[in-house]
Amino acid sequence: MWSFTQLTHWIDTSLRSCMSADWALFVEFVLVGVAVLAAYALIALFLIYAERKICGFFQCRLGPNRVGKWGIFQSVADMIKILLKELVHINHSDKVLFRAASFFVIIGSVCTFGALPFAKGLQAIDFNVGVFYLMAVSSLGVVGILLAGWSSNSKYTMIGAMRSGAQLISYEISAGLSLMTIVVYCGSMQLSEIVAQQADGWFVFRSVPAVIAFVIYLIAGHAETNRGPFDMPEAESELTAGYHTEYSGIQFGFFYLAEYLNMFIIAAIATTMFLGGWQPLHIPGWDGFNHVMDYIPSIVWFFGKTFVCIFLALWVRWSFPRLRIDQLLGLEWKVLMPISLVNLMLMSIVVIW
Amino acid sequence: MKLINYFKNIFLGLWHLMQGMYITLLNMCRPKVTEQYPENRGTYEYGERFRALLTMPHDEENHHKCIACGMCMNSCPNGTIQVIAKTETDPVTGKPKRVLDKHLYNLGSCIFCGLCVAACPTGAIRFTNHFEHAVFTKERLLLQLNRPGSSQAAKPAPAPKPAPAAAAATTERAETKTA
Repeated sequence: MWSFTQLTHWIDTSLRSCMSADWALFVEFVLVGVAVLAAYALIALFLIYAERKICGFFQCRLGPNRVGKWGIFQSVADMIKILLKELVHINHSDKVLFRAASFFVIIGSVCTFGALPFAKGLQAIDFNVGVFYLMAVSSLGVVGILLAGWSSNSKYTMIGAMRSGAQLISYEISAGLSLMTIVVYCGSMQLSEIVAQQADGWFVFRSVPAVIAFVIYLIAGHAETNRGPFDMPEAESELTAGYHTEYSGIQFGFFYLAEYLNMFIIAAIATTMFLGGWQPLHIPGWDGFNHVMDYIPSIVWFFGKTFVCIFLALWVRWSFPRLRIDQLLGLEWKVLMPISLVNLMLMSIVVIW
Repeated sequence: MKLINYFKNIFLGLWHLMQGMYITLLNMCRPKVTEQYPENRGTYEYGERFRALLTMPHDEENHHKCIACGMCMNSCPNGTIQVIAKTETDPVTGKPKRVLDKHLYNLGSCIFCGLCVAACPTGAIRFTNHFEHAVFTKERLLLQLNRPGSSQAAKPAPAPKPAPAAAAATTERAETKTA
């Protein structure tokens, strides 16, 4: 299978041949940053288009269909519009925190995005505590959301932020526990190691606790993105837009972008931890089949699996009515968390055997 | 027992959620009914009772069927129609005869109730599907339905019959009232 390490090595050697090692390292950092941010923006644009189109199909509409063929440039047009909009300043708001909040959200999202293994040899940074890092950095978004709600000096945003904080912190627990289940199973927190162990069988096909953890992670991760039936923080009928009510222009754009990218990140983590990351589908014993699967590039595998998870999230979002806040917390504390704790013990027993 | 109920509820809930998702998936695959308006201008099929613009059909010899009786003007609830008649001498009998001079129709105040079409004894006016009414000045909404130089057809329609669609509508309304 073709590896991206060939490309990165070629860039590295050609940079080192024309400048000193420190400068080469610096240029590589800049290149990685540009690549991550470009991928971030492009994926966000694609996701916004896909969401609107699929949402339209679910509601028996056509979705955007005017800008370009099938409306494919609709989100580009929206992006230009949002960049040109005025930033409205709110009286009696905490100016510093108000501005900082959107950056907290987007930085948390970009940092998580940057550590994902996208394809064979295409991972910006490979921590030995990768899973831990992903969970820690993605929790930064909660801080941003609480700051946004507090600093806007508005009742809607305040209630929205409080709901969002309660929701994110509680669902973080079962999401974390289900990721821990996989960490127990494979014995490593390093993302590249986790992906490498799934070469001859994805974790979700290998043991029953992994399947339970996968389902719990999908539910909890979906709740963490503040979408679908769990969109309490921005319940537009009661809270206008929740914590980002007072934001406008690109500051709102940051929240919007982070929401879509968080959906992608949740799907990508689910892919990496449960569905084998960029590993092709291998069935033990079927050598011909496995050989054919190897010809499909790893990046296609990764994005294909991620898109399946995203489609699942969209499907759920456009199927179910919104939960009440007590139902939402009841689901987490009375159902998901006990099950994932028991599941973690079950997985430990499976591993010890 | 409580524990069994707890798990039963979870699996039942999951099963019901899956049923809901199956239905939305079917919805997603259904053919879409959205009409793409400017593109389908020539091909769109309108409903039979669609009322968009009042017209007076003329035949190829520039004859219409209006006898200038003024029934449409009288039945109009808000004075949208104005029938201006003049007296002419009939060339065959030599007697004076009331004929249509101008049939004025103000599109801006029409409420498209269809009472004029129902009242017309000769079926001279009817509603068509031309619905693109946007103009830049109010004056352009004042229409004259009879064409310049047009005259009444030689033989008026033999049997005065109301438009079938309007008649159907009134009977239907009566039925729903009794029901």
